[in-house]
Amino acid sequence: MLLNIKQSELIIMIKNNRLTKEQYEENFRDIHPPFETHDAALVEANRCLFCYDAPCTKSCPTSINIPKFIKQISTENIKGSAHTIFQSNIMGAGCSKVCPVEKLCEGSCVFNLMNETPIHIAKLQRYATEKAITQKWQLFERKKPIGKKVAIVGAGPAGLSCAHVLSREGIDVTIYEKESKSGGLMTYGIAAYKVTPQFCEDEVNYITSIGGIEIKYDHELGRNILLADLQKNYDAVYLAIGVGLARQLEIPGEDTEGVFDAIRFIYELRNNDFSSVVVGDKVAVIGLGMTAIDAATQAKRLGAKEVTIIYRRTEAEKPCTDVELDIAKLDGCNIIWLAAPKEIKSVNGKVNQLICSKMKLGEPDASGRRSPVETDETFLLEVDMIIKAAGQTPFEKLVNDISIKNSKGKIEINNCVTNIKGVFAGGDCVNGGKEVVDAVQAGKDGASSILSYLGIKN
Amino acid sequence: MADISSNFLGIKSPNPFWLASAPPTDKKINVLRAFEAGWGGVVWKTLGSQVKNVSSRYSAVDYGGKKVMGFNNIELISDRPLEINLSEIEECIKLFPDRAMIVSLMADNDKKSWHELIKKVEDTGAHGFELNFGCPHGMTERGMGAAVGQDPEIAKMVVEWVMEAATIPVITKLTPNVHSVVPTGRACVEAGTNALSLINTIQSVTGIDLDTLVPNPFVAGKSVFGGYCGPAVKPIALKMLTTISQDPVTSKVPISGIGGVSTWKDAVEFMLLGASNVQVCTAVMKHGFRIVEDMCEGLNNWMDEKGYKTLNDFIGKSVEKITHWEDLDINYHIVANINQDKCIHCGLCYIACEDTSHQSIHLEYGKPYNTYSIKEEECVGCNLCKLVCPVDNCITMVEQRKGDEYLNWKEYQSLGLPLNDH
Repeated sequence: MLLNIKQSELIIMIKNNRLTKEQYEENFRDIHPPFETHDAALVEANRCLFCYDAPCTKSCPTSINIPKFIKQISTENIKGSAHTIFQSNIMGAGCSKVCPVEKLCEGSCVFNLMNETPIHIAKLQRYATEKAITQKWQLFERKKPIGKKVAIVGAGPAGLSCAHVLSREGIDVTIYEKESKSGGLMTYGIAAYKVTPQFCEDEVNYITSIGGIEIKYDHELGRNILLADLQKNYDAVYLAIGVGLARQLEIPGEDTEGVFDAIRFIYELRNNDFSSVVVGDKVAVIGLGMTAIDAATQAKRLGAKEVTIIYRRTEAEKPCTDVELDIAKLDGCNIIWLAAPKEIKSVNGKVNQLICSKMKLGEPDASGRRSPVETDETFLLEVDMIIKAAGQTPFEKLVNDISIKNSKGKIEINNCVTNIKGVFAGGDCVNGGKEVVDAVQAGKDGASSILSYLGIKN
Repeated sequence: MADISSNFLGIKSPNPFWLASAPPTDKKINVLRAFEAGWGGVVWKTLGSQVKNVSSRYSAVDYGGKKVMGFNNIELISDRPLEINLSEIEECIKLFPDRAMIVSLMADNDKKSWHELIKKVEDTGAHGFELNFGCPHGMTERGMGAAVGQDPEIAKMVVEWVMEAATIPVITKLTPNVHSVVPTGRACVEAGTNALSLINTIQSVTGIDLDTLVPNPFVAGKSVFGGYCGPAVKPIALKMLTTISQDPVTSKVPISGIGGVSTWKDAVEFMLLGASNVQVCTAVMKHGFRIVEDMCEGLNNWMDEKGYKTLNDFIGKSVEKITHWEDLDINYHIVANINQDKCIHCGLCYIACEDTSHQSIHLEYGKPYNTYSIKEEECVGCNLCKLVCPVDNCITMVEQRKGDEYLNWKEYQSLGLPLNDH
């Protein structure tokens, strides 16, 4: 029917090195630049009302005392300010760059209720924390070693956060990380225009500089380390293994060349020179979460001519924030609402069409949002690359292999304890994938639970 | 359009805004620029003894991110040759004959010096004198400035010397560095001064450099007390002005109000408490002469709104409204009310009341927004919540009298009504 493709159009359109060095630099420049001067930070800090029982703090998953740290900037107690932030969130620097603040702290700033611009909390947080990291201020003192050892699996936000709390209490921590770098999704899974590899490395070094934290790279649970060994050699084990690749679409043609996984795509981008990362001419991105936005915008920034986001519900139900959606729109990405992938067609084994079902909204589902219902109508998109970003899947097989109780791969916990005594878990591997800041809080909770288990007051 | 022209002791100016004796009025180039900008008059920077200044000379207090809430200086009287000052004064008067030209004086502490100085300055055609009895630094060590103003006897003597020689109006400027400005004010009025002006600057230390540990302003590793002025001193100036306006002796002469005047509103407040005109310095040192435009326009609009045709229609209107504590009406009672539609849930009213006042605000937990309401039976009507609330008119004070009749403290006591009841 519509498959009369001319031979000339069969040129492989997925390729790298589409832009000049300068264009890559421009496209992947820091999207939220910091305050240029101390005075600029002061002007903003002085705008803060210093609310009591502040809505911003209550909206932060790690409960950073935001009015306090902002006040400390205005009194020029920057060390105190950084300490206030890191005390609640040791990844406060990274969070200041990647948090969807518009739905967290800044979203609940009381200025919104006056129709005034909310305080630029993230920017102020970045100001204080970057100073601490650059100047290498050691703001926490590790207690003398108490002879207890804890193993943590995964050096992402949850693992690092847990490690820092434990180390402060004098516990010797060993983190096993399957990759060659720490930071987890911060290092591997977030748009490059939000955090740089150098920043991620500096942040991890800053966290571990407290001492008592050893990270063993290229150690993967189930491959070259076993839970049983960790249980034997340590006083407690904390699993912070995160989630895996993008959820399968479960549609015909999914295995065709040209269908990419968003996590993999971003991983490539974060680990290699931009010029070496391939991207199509016409790219479709499936999903509208933060990862979908990060994939779509970066496909465009790598030089894709057309990027179309396919989302099965409407704007009212979207999982990403308005701010994120605006980034995609400003980057020139198209969005097709009420559309779900139905089939992927190919020519010569390579993707060339995405057939989508038109959807309509039905009754609210478990999330409270109106559910998408398939209609009889379909439409067709000419594409040469498809990026799947419709949620991520937990490591179901892995957790089953080690007999950890789970629900569809998501580890079940009670006060951070799994079904196995002495084995704790937290972060994305428990919640199925949330923000970095949620993982940091999970790490703190895990540490607190471990400390109780070890009989240490905290 | 209201008439904002001013007549102070027969000295006329198109508006009641004069520049105070200070660096902005120390030479022709500034004064001409001030007149071009629209200032009604100037008090030329003090002429008198020979002096030598130091560097640096100024320092400031910033507050909440705003610069120069308060300002201090250790500069002395004019350090330019007297002859140059005199010829420039004369030129300025000729170029702007409709503006007031007052010359500030501080002669050496003998009659002859004062008489000679008065004669020389009168020859310029100046419209009046202001006697500097207030400068708190540098000159006091030599028995001048505040050293004169702090001792009513000496002040009286110097004013008498001046009045013997002066043929143009004399204003005596009072120092605030005393327990009360009234004794010196009375002595000066009794000695014949035609008017008073106040306040001069307040002795101060504005701050200390936490690296060098040297207070401000820094002069080769040392500092001295400087004269404090600017918005921070306005409430103190208004209080001192009121005591002069209410005193039966000092209230007989016109008063020129000084001390932190920065806007037309400040000026109106000084005039409501008895000042016939005002003098400005710190605000122009921060922003330049251009601020006089809004001062004139704002004053004019306010007078039109209130139906005042001339300045005399409202000068002194608030003087009788400041009374003694024992005459206040104890039956007057107000309680706070929070407008829930306007509330932004910042909690500032709650924490202020809870920690430091009468625990009269109820907190109902919410995530992320708490709801705050007034416990009327606990509220003493102190205003604190309203003062700290960042939203205009969100918290209002509602009158709930304890009794219909006026009841003051003396009556309350004689009726044996309950004390310490809260």
